[in-house]
Amino acid sequence: MKITEMTAVQLSAAIRTGETTAVEAAEAVLAQIEKTDKDYNCYVTVDREGALAQAKKVQERIEAGELTGPLAGVPVALKDNLCMEGLLTTCSSKILHNFVPTYTAEAVKNLQKAGAVILGKTNMDEFAMGSTTETSAYGPTKNPRNPEHVPGGSSGGSAAAVAAGECIYAIGSDTGGSIRQPASYCGVVGMKPTYGTVSRYGLIAYGSSLDQIGPLTKDVTDCAAVLEVLASHDEKDSTSLSREDTDFTSALQEDVKGLRIGIPGDYLGEGLDDEVRTAVLQAAEALKNQGAIVEQFDLSLVEYAIPAYYTIAAAEASSNLERFDGIKYGYRTEDYAGLHNMYKKSRSEGFGEEVKRRIMLGSFVLSSGYYDAYYLKALKVKALIKKAFDQAFAKYDIILGPVAPATAPKLGESLADPIQMYLGDIYTIAVNLAGLPGISLPCGQDRKGLPIGLQLIGDCFQEKKLIRAAYTYELCAKRL
Amino acid sequence: MYREYETVIGLEVHVELAAKTKIFCGCSTAFGAQPNTQTCPVCTGMPGTLPVLNKQVLEYAIAVGLATNCDITRYSKFDRKNYFYPDNPQNYQISQLYLPICKNGGVEIETEEGGVKTVGIHEIHMEEDAGKLIHDEWEDCSLVDYNRSGVPLIEIVSEPDMRSAEEVIAYLEKLRLVIQYLGASDCKLQEGSMRADVNLSVRKKGAEEFGTRTEMKNLNSFRAITRAIEGERERQIDLIEAGKSVVQETRRWDDAKGESYAMRSKEDAQDYRYFPDPDLPPVSVSEEMLTEIRAKQPEFRTEKMKRYKEEFDIPDYDIEIITGDKPLADLFEATVAFGGQPKKVSNWLMGETLRLMKERETDASDLCFSPENLAKLIGLTDQKVINSSVAKEVFEVMFEKDIDPEAYVEEKGLRTVNDEGALKKVLEEVIAANPQSVEDYRSGKEKAIGFLVGQTMKAMKGKADPGAVNRMLKELL
Amino acid sequence: MANIISDETIEYVGILAKLELSEKEKKQAKSDMGRMLDYIDKLGELDTTGVEPMSHVFPVQNVFREDVVTNGNQREQMLSNAIQEKDGMFMAPRTFE
Repeated sequence: MKITEMTAVQLSAAIRTGETTAVEAAEAVLAQIEKTDKDYNCYVTVDREGALAQAKKVQERIEAGELTGPLAGVPVALKDNLCMEGLLTTCSSKILHNFVPTYTAEAVKNLQKAGAVILGKTNMDEFAMGSTTETSAYGPTKNPRNPEHVPGGSSGGSAAAVAAGECIYAIGSDTGGSIRQPASYCGVVGMKPTYGTVSRYGLIAYGSSLDQIGPLTKDVTDCAAVLEVLASHDEKDSTSLSREDTDFTSALQEDVKGLRIGIPGDYLGEGLDDEVRTAVLQAAEALKNQGAIVEQFDLSLVEYAIPAYYTIAAAEASSNLERFDGIKYGYRTEDYAGLHNMYKKSRSEGFGEEVKRRIMLGSFVLSSGYYDAYYLKALKVKALIKKAFDQAFAKYDIILGPVAPATAPKLGESLADPIQMYLGDIYTIAVNLAGLPGISLPCGQDRKGLPIGLQLIGDCFQEKKLIRAAYTYELCAKRL
Repeated sequence: MYREYETVIGLEVHVELAAKTKIFCGCSTAFGAQPNTQTCPVCTGMPGTLPVLNKQVLEYAIAVGLATNCDITRYSKFDRKNYFYPDNPQNYQISQLYLPICKNGGVEIETEEGGVKTVGIHEIHMEEDAGKLIHDEWEDCSLVDYNRSGVPLIEIVSEPDMRSAEEVIAYLEKLRLVIQYLGASDCKLQEGSMRADVNLSVRKKGAEEFGTRTEMKNLNSFRAITRAIEGERERQIDLIEAGKSVVQETRRWDDAKGESYAMRSKEDAQDYRYFPDPDLPPVSVSEEMLTEIRAKQPEFRTEKMKRYKEEFDIPDYDIEIITGDKPLADLFEATVAFGGQPKKVSNWLMGETLRLMKERETDASDLCFSPENLAKLIGLTDQKVINSSVAKEVFEVMFEKDIDPEAYVEEKGLRTVNDEGALKKVLEEVIAANPQSVEDYRSGKEKAIGFLVGQTMKAMKGKADPGAVNRMLKELL
Repeated sequence: MANIISDETIEYVGILAKLELSEKEKKQAKSDMGRMLDYIDKLGELDTTGVEPMSHVFPVQNVFREDVVTNGNQREQMLSNAIQEKDGMFMAPRTFE
């Protein structure tokens, strides 16, 4: 088996047994990047020297028996909104075109401790705002399954890199579906854990109350293994949770007997592509055949999730992105007359259209006279949505549905109509509003050969149930 | 016409808390460090960084709230106040708008007429300080030092209950006293650890409605506050009398010029878009937490005054003055603990110390001499090793620099000369050189002896015991 | 479109957000924001009387750090990305009138 086709668990085992080395693995993946990234543009930055140096060190530690985990020596790609000391971090924005952090995100530190070899930084929608990776200031990423199509977003570079073998696994962030949707479009596995499970320290914020870091992997086993390493309680992140149940790999069991699975009728209605509907229902059927109890139910409030989400995310983003002002780091305009003109010009030139659109909206919904009507109202609707999920999870262990209404659109088709693009997030964003875990995994493809994703949503802290169900389904799908 | 108007004043007082570290990161808050040496990714607003609340800040804020009779908010939150300015690295300040930690308090002040009135406290909230901006003349730009960025503050917002500059000063003095007693801040106006913004409006006496108010910033001393209040009162009355209206605005006081100017700009929308900070979970104050904070509360002034009366034999007036300034009271107690006799310690503080403090315009918290050395100085005079005028000279040196008075007296040879033979020799010389004074004394002008004592002390460079000089002179004459 | 965004509003939001839009961008922004607000107005259909606004999804409270200095002098690092610096400080356009 080619190294670039291996999973992390397979590759680390091969390194441990001496079949290959961390350095060979890094070289193989770097060669793949060299070969295909000019076509796909998965990366903003490839840290060739850093990766090889790290691989060498890790190999020594593996040989010394100091590193034994499933990520030791395995090359990984980081979404370009994760800070790593000494490595250019742009958020795919011109405004951070030259920003080199002096600190490392806690999640990345956890990977480093586990012996990960960091290859570089992957392309994304600018500041994670978008669903196609076309809002990047460094050009769009293409879907390796079909380069005429987008890879999804905002973690499109990470998903595409996994699909293209340009890394063994990747890390992304998910604010409204930004891991799950590109995973679905690229035919890989992606998971957003319960809010607070992975430290956000060092993740450049988009919507702070919604952002979570998570893995994009080739299979469910890797997903569990990577999440197990990423998860930690971090005193630097006040919203980080102290959990004792993060031994996620223990849930890799083929067993869904008696598992209660609910499919929201609202997730199968108007707007959903027929081929996606069929694939998702077949997946449900497969789980039912394995002993799960599957039924449809009414989740309610589904159509309110998008407006609530865009209000909250835009408001938080408008504040989070104020720090990009042309003084401490990043881009400053060349000519300006005075302080405020410098701010305005630097920001107008440094941010792309979609980012500006959301900053404007966010500033507006927080402004005097509108706060109650828009922002506070959205926070109340968020409370109602959370309640609706609580009621659903009183009846079901898992909610099953599609990830996105359709498979990956063609490049250039989405940005013209932002609202239409936002509607594509309908099945993923409620999960972020309610802080829930969600996983996306492949469940077939459409006539064009584009991957279709299945989404499983769990109650807070129920990642293990998701992993068990996803693992079971993955084994069924392989046998088909 | 000015007399027909009443001034209505409310204060926003920012107090820098005495925490060792900043409100949301582990950087030191020590004063006077080199620019940006006390900064980190959090307090310089680096992307991806997150705040974590310093527990001490919460405890101080609650303690001040309890001491100013506030209700403590059991479920409190932090909000972001959004505005762009280079001293504010995130371009939002973390503060509290919707659920401040303390509300509805008040303190009593004495009025000019000798009565007592309560100044209401609307709320106290926690927030972070901004960095410092320095104007660079050469490059025509501003330089930013983030050492202060994230230094913990509380903002104490009063009700518009004050009617004169005197009441404002009395209120500030009262706050300072309470907060210093708590140890929550040193409250130094000059160093900016206590800052007051004045909200002021005027109205015709007897009117029920408030007038339009302005907010005055940059007031760095009690004197500046008094002048600014008087200036703004007149400015507003002049406007009204001229048929114009007062504009609600923020004004900056220029103490050198003795006038204020509006800080307006079309880029200042004054719309801060406050919203709950998603990075900081709420604070829930339990009964246990309050009990714990109450238990840690130090002796307050009234308790201290009572104790001084029982423990030390010093006049009520001295007690009043010494306990009126917490650092002074601390110094008093420590010096007594080092063996200084209470009345003598009090005399040194009430006399020379206060005199020099006034002369040099220093605060009691800035006094550099140690209580141990003050006790030693008192010991030297008690044992008549030095006389009182030498002691005052030594004290002046100690006021500048914390020297050991015993060593200093030896080094400079300031011991009182107790050798009667040497003294007698000098006295004889003085008597011989001043026949007129001797004559005057002998003819009954008792006062003339004072001149001769003075001449003797001068000849002995002050190192004689004036009592002995007096006695021996009388014998010789 | 129920929400009509005026030129003044776009200008005002531009001041708040420190964004300067070209005439063409302004026109687009007015239309985009109007459409988004129409869409967000959908939230008004829901009766939220008595519902507590949820800013934090989990009831996590009282996350503190102890008052202990943990950071040393990191000035070099903090200034390493500064666009302009002088005398150990960040340089900004002048702020005093």
